[in-house]
Amino acid sequence: MLIPCPYCGPRDVSEFTYQGDAGRVRPDPASTDQAAWNAYVYDRTNPAGDHHEYWQHSGGCRSHLKVTRNTLSHRILDVAFARPSTAHASSRRQGPRP
Amino acid sequence: MAEYSALSILKNALSGNRHWKPAWRKPDPKPSYDVIVIGGGGHGLSTAYYLAKEHGITNVAVLEKGYLGSGNVGRNTTAVRSNYLLPENIRFYEQSMKLWENLSHDLNYNVMFSQRGVLNLAHTPAQLDDYARRGNAMRHLDADAELMTPEQIARLVPGIDMSRSARFPIVGGLMQRRAGTARHDAVAWGYARGADRRGVDILENCAVTGFLREGDRVVGVATTRGEIRAKKVAVAVAGSTGHVLRMAGIERLPIESHVLQAFVSESLKPFLDTVVTFGMGHFYMGQSDKGGLVYGGDLDGYNSYAQRGGLPIVEEVMSEMLALFPSLAPVRVLRSWGGVCDMSMDGSPIITTGPLPGMYLNCGWCYGGFKATPISGWCFAWTIAKNAPHELNASFTLDRFHRGLVIDDKGQGATPRLH
Repeated sequence: MLIPCPYCGPRDVSEFTYQGDAGRVRPDPASTDQAAWNAYVYDRTNPAGDHHEYWQHSGGCRSHLKVTRNTLSHRILDVAFARPSTAHASSRRQGPRP
Repeated sequence: MAEYSALSILKNALSGNRHWKPAWRKPDPKPSYDVIVIGGGGHGLSTAYYLAKEHGITNVAVLEKGYLGSGNVGRNTTAVRSNYLLPENIRFYEQSMKLWENLSHDLNYNVMFSQRGVLNLAHTPAQLDDYARRGNAMRHLDADAELMTPEQIARLVPGIDMSRSARFPIVGGLMQRRAGTARHDAVAWGYARGADRRGVDILENCAVTGFLREGDRVVGVATTRGEIRAKKVAVAVAGSTGHVLRMAGIERLPIESHVLQAFVSESLKPFLDTVVTFGMGHFYMGQSDKGGLVYGGDLDGYNSYAQRGGLPIVEEVMSEMLALFPSLAPVRVLRSWGGVCDMSMDGSPIITTGPLPGMYLNCGWCYGGFKATPISGWCFAWTIAKNAPHELNASFTLDRFHRGLVIDDKGQGATPRLH
């Protein structure tokens, strides 16, 4: 499987680290809503089809990416930076990971 | 006379083998059943078998979307063991082991259960300490476990690299002698025949396309062979759990589907009479009675419903194999394949009533479902028949994640690809 990194171009999947479902909504850190935290930590949509997921190009430019991939065919439909605001060469220096 | 016996072989041989009954019928679906089990894999078939045998519920249909045994029951690496750490898992899998020990007799079908032992190798003193702890936990609950020294391992496993200069030298291991392997296809066929002979309808090429509802309650399923109603609908579909439950309107579960690959080499003369696991990565290997090495390693590591895997894991598994057995370098791989695993958030299974009224759920087997086949069906049948879990599966609930009662044997947290 090749993932087309927006910086580096198409690279082998072994250069990337999988970070899981990008569809989960992380509650505000100050939130004490237990159900929301439980849902964030444990519940997944797990689709047989198009799946939004985070990958880090850990063996390359180290960008965090949001990838849309089909879980049946492994076809990659879309790749974008995990946070659009970090879509510059200085992304490594800006803030914590998504 | 048992249906399969030395005498029946002789009798059928004398009549030209023309009178064997098929192992299971190919019935048409009835309009309704007491219980529908979705999924004609090992767990679904054993559930139907124990529903009939233990609870007298024989008006049962098992729905299989493909042919019987085409899913994970025919795709695993056949190891059977109960070498867990946490009491819920040890009790559950140890009871499975006890069913395995009598399974061929119970089913009157040779499942080729071979208690050749499973040996976990330790490569550091700290890892050996950890194994000792796990072995003690097992022995405390009447499972068998023993620590082995490098000298014992060298005698037991010829060809293994025991040199001190190895990248990951072997300092000992944890052996469960009663563990071993079974012929996976025979397990599916044996349970199918046992269920069929007790009146269960096994409906192949019958894919579920939706659930019939009356209000909240599930009252049947729509299938490619028509609508079938049932008082109780049980789901045992492993890697397809998310996909099937979405048809019932359940969008989110503590499950991710991942692909696990397995490999078989060309046939070799017998040299490995136990199952060996590598402790500095993820690799396990046994040798089948035909002589092929049966082995595998880690998940591919990203969500997948494809029953095939990628090349990075192939390379990793082969390199781990050669780290343990350098002499196997010239051996060729005969075939490889992938199966879809329902990875739960704590690595432990779910066998429960619900999540909807009239529904029962059996899932979350990660890549360890085969060894649980007997006890999973036994507990699921109990849960379906009595509308309440048996004490062996009372902890394996769906809501344990939200209640803080996870059973995380490996301590990996809610990261399914690492369990």
